[in-house]
Amino acid sequence: MDFGFSEEQNLLREQVLRFMTDACPLSVVRAQNGGLPRDLWQQAADLGWLALIVPEAHGGLGLKWIDLAVVLEESGRGLSPLPILSQALAATAIGRCAGDDVKREWLPKVATGDVVFGIGLYDDPTWIDAKGVGLAGGETLTGTKPFVSDAAGATHLLLATRNGERLGLAIVDAGDAALKAQPGIDRTKPFATVSLDRVEPVAAFAMSADDLAFLTDCGAVAATLEAIGAAEAVLALTSEYAKTRIQFDNPIGKYQGVKHRLADMFIDIESFKSLAYHAAWAIDDAPHELPRAASLAKAYAADAFARIGIDGVGLHGAIGFTAEYDAQLYLKRSKWVRSAFGDADYHYRRAASLGGL
Amino acid sequence: MDFDFTPEEQAFRAEVREFLAENLPPRAERGRGFMGEWLRKVRDKRWVGFSWPEEYGGGAGSLTEQAILKEEMALAGAPPLGTSFMGLAWVGPGIIQYGTDEQKQRFIPDILDSKVNWCTGYSEPNHGSDLAAIQTKAERVGDHYVVNGQKIWTTGAPWADWIILLTRTEFDVERKHDGITCLLVPMDSPGIEVRPIENMAGDRNFAEVFFTDVQVPVSNRLGEEGKGWAVTISALANERSSIGEVTQMFAKLESLKDLVRSTNRQGRPASDDPAVRRRIGEFEAKIAAMKYNGLRYLTKQLRGEPLSSETSVNKLHRASLEIEMDDFAVELTGLAGVQLPGSDEAVDGGRWARSSLGWPSVVIGGGTPNIQRNIIAERILGLPKD
Ligand SMILES: Cc1cc2nc3c(=O)[nH]c(=O)nc-3n(C[C@H](O)[C@H](O)[C@H](O)COP(=O)(O)OP(=O)(O)OC[C@H]3O[C@@H](n4cnc5c(N)ncnc54)[C@H](O)[C@@H]3O)c2cc1C
Repeated sequence: MDFGFSEEQNLLREQVLRFMTDACPLSVVRAQNGGLPRDLWQQAADLGWLALIVPEAHGGLGLKWIDLAVVLEESGRGLSPLPILSQALAATAIGRCAGDDVKREWLPKVATGDVVFGIGLYDDPTWIDAKGVGLAGGETLTGTKPFVSDAAGATHLLLATRNGERLGLAIVDAGDAALKAQPGIDRTKPFATVSLDRVEPVAAFAMSADDLAFLTDCGAVAATLEAIGAAEAVLALTSEYAKTRIQFDNPIGKYQGVKHRLADMFIDIESFKSLAYHAAWAIDDAPHELPRAASLAKAYAADAFARIGIDGVGLHGAIGFTAEYDAQLYLKRSKWVRSAFGDADYHYRRAASLGGL
Repeated sequence: MDFDFTPEEQAFRAEVREFLAENLPPRAERGRGFMGEWLRKVRDKRWVGFSWPEEYGGGAGSLTEQAILKEEMALAGAPPLGTSFMGLAWVGPGIIQYGTDEQKQRFIPDILDSKVNWCTGYSEPNHGSDLAAIQTKAERVGDHYVVNGQKIWTTGAPWADWIILLTRTEFDVERKHDGITCLLVPMDSPGIEVRPIENMAGDRNFAEVFFTDVQVPVSNRLGEEGKGWAVTISALANERSSIGEVTQMFAKLESLKDLVRSTNRQGRPASDDPAVRRRIGEFEAKIAAMKYNGLRYLTKQLRGEPLSSETSVNKLHRASLEIEMDDFAVELTGLAGVQLPGSDEAVDGGRWARSSLGWPSVVIGGGTPNIQRNIIAERILGLPKD
């Protein structure tokens, strides 16, 4: 029994942390406009992060989601704009659903970062179900796919399709599609609406409803892992401020209205962290436990981080509301996390169902 | 990261299960002699004081096997491994850590054999959360201390044989944490008077305890004179949330789901109500968080990394669950939910109504939620003390 990270994983964590502080600090994050920061992406690729979960047979490092967890957590701490999450989901989807030819062709390029994936699963933003997939599948694709993540900087798009009851995934050359970038609250999590007019996918393969659920769970876990880092950053920023901001002759952190709220943040972060680590571990090592584990983690994190985002701004007073101050950036991320891959309501009720109710 | 247990640990789990299958009959079949026999058998196994040193009769077991033991015992709904909860939970560990050799020989075997019951004399009428400010006076006279003062909320005092007593030996101190001395006192000492207090559930488990010129031999002092605060701190740290509690809470959640399944609200199954389903999901997430928090902290301990006050996290979860789960059950079942055992209309024999009056032992005893939050904010986040 060992519910902690290995020395290698801890080294990886330090590496990501260093990258985020040196190469991708918040000043750089703020300068992004929804495209792909090419040089940073290349650095991430060179450091092997995009290859982590790609099997060795396909040019990857053959590691697990629990290794990737460390990268996501530290990326989240610095609100990394790199689409590592989408790329990892694409790798997972291809590895799980595609045939050998497709894997052989695409996975090595995913690992090197030469191919950059944007990803669109659900057309209906409030329906985590096979029925929420709208785009019609076929030899060619015609129609629009809304809510495609990280599309603007992508070379390729991985899109969920539906033909009656049959689900599929199509890989589309981004150049073949018309992209309309859509402004969202969190600029580090960009969306586009993708229009397709008789576009022939460069690859297409079937996906079962279970596969879709599995990918959604991986996405939910990934969003939660990023939220751990982000929420801890809010807590650190706000605790520091509470120690130095003086009102009524005392640091505001002396007042329990402030300090207890910060303690509650700690309790919640500790808790969804434990749930998320377990879920990330389950992806590869106990997939039968994943649905329940993912739902518990994502549900807890979605609500808790949303409050942390809000209170991180509120506990600063007016300065927290300013564009210049960083607290607002995390609040924006928390809004994305709330709904991405299913909200708290969906996941809590799903946990009840999976728990036999 | 892995959740697997070593072959030895698995074998140990199998041993515990086998033991339980053989020695734990269903509740209805447990006769009068059962408890005595049970206590003797688990004692023979050296499962009482599982992690305590062998030389004093403990099991010298590992932390992981201790977790396995607690988990299996809770899964089986087994009775406690001894009659003195406090003796096993913190008095024993405190004596092992701070006691003299003579004290260990004298007290530990009796705790392990369930021969004596202990109670804890910390809180006073004017000093609860602010425990370090206690005023019960112990004056050194020759080879005795003479104790005068009052304790309150002393759980188990009406039937305890011994009390672990926090006194003040010095009043003129800079820090109130100094000058505190911990004494081990027989409850039948002349000058001790116990007055039970009835709680809101109608039980009389805790009491006021008055001390008038009570003589306590110096050899009954635990730790150094004036250094009793350290003893107390380590004792309270031993009161941390365990894997066994999590198992019990999962079991309680299953009972709650059974209740949901068998309940109609507004003429429709409660299990169809999305709000009800969400609450069940929320409870499960909190309990699962406690479980994995606990395993993460256990891993830290196994790796020899220091634990700060993280265990307060689970204590706070437990406190809120303890209140909310019963309250939810009572609300779910309408006016039937408020019927006590004995009522023809009671739900599950009045179990939920009754336990909805029991939360203060978990929530207030051992440090209130506000105090736990102070601990986290001050010790972990480094915020100023209030
Ligand atoms: C069932 C039960 C069993 C118990 N058993 C024992 C026992 O065996 N032995 C023993 O010694 N004691 C025992 N206690 C006592 C328990 O430890 C105290 O009740 C507890 O420490 C709180 O002290 P108090 O009751 O004096 O409340 P107070 O300290 O007066 O607190 C009253 C309220 O004020 C709040 N408060 C106090 N200080 C602060 C602060 N700094 N910031 C914010 N809020 C604050 C508290 O959170 C609480 O809500 C038991 C209590 C209960 C309920």
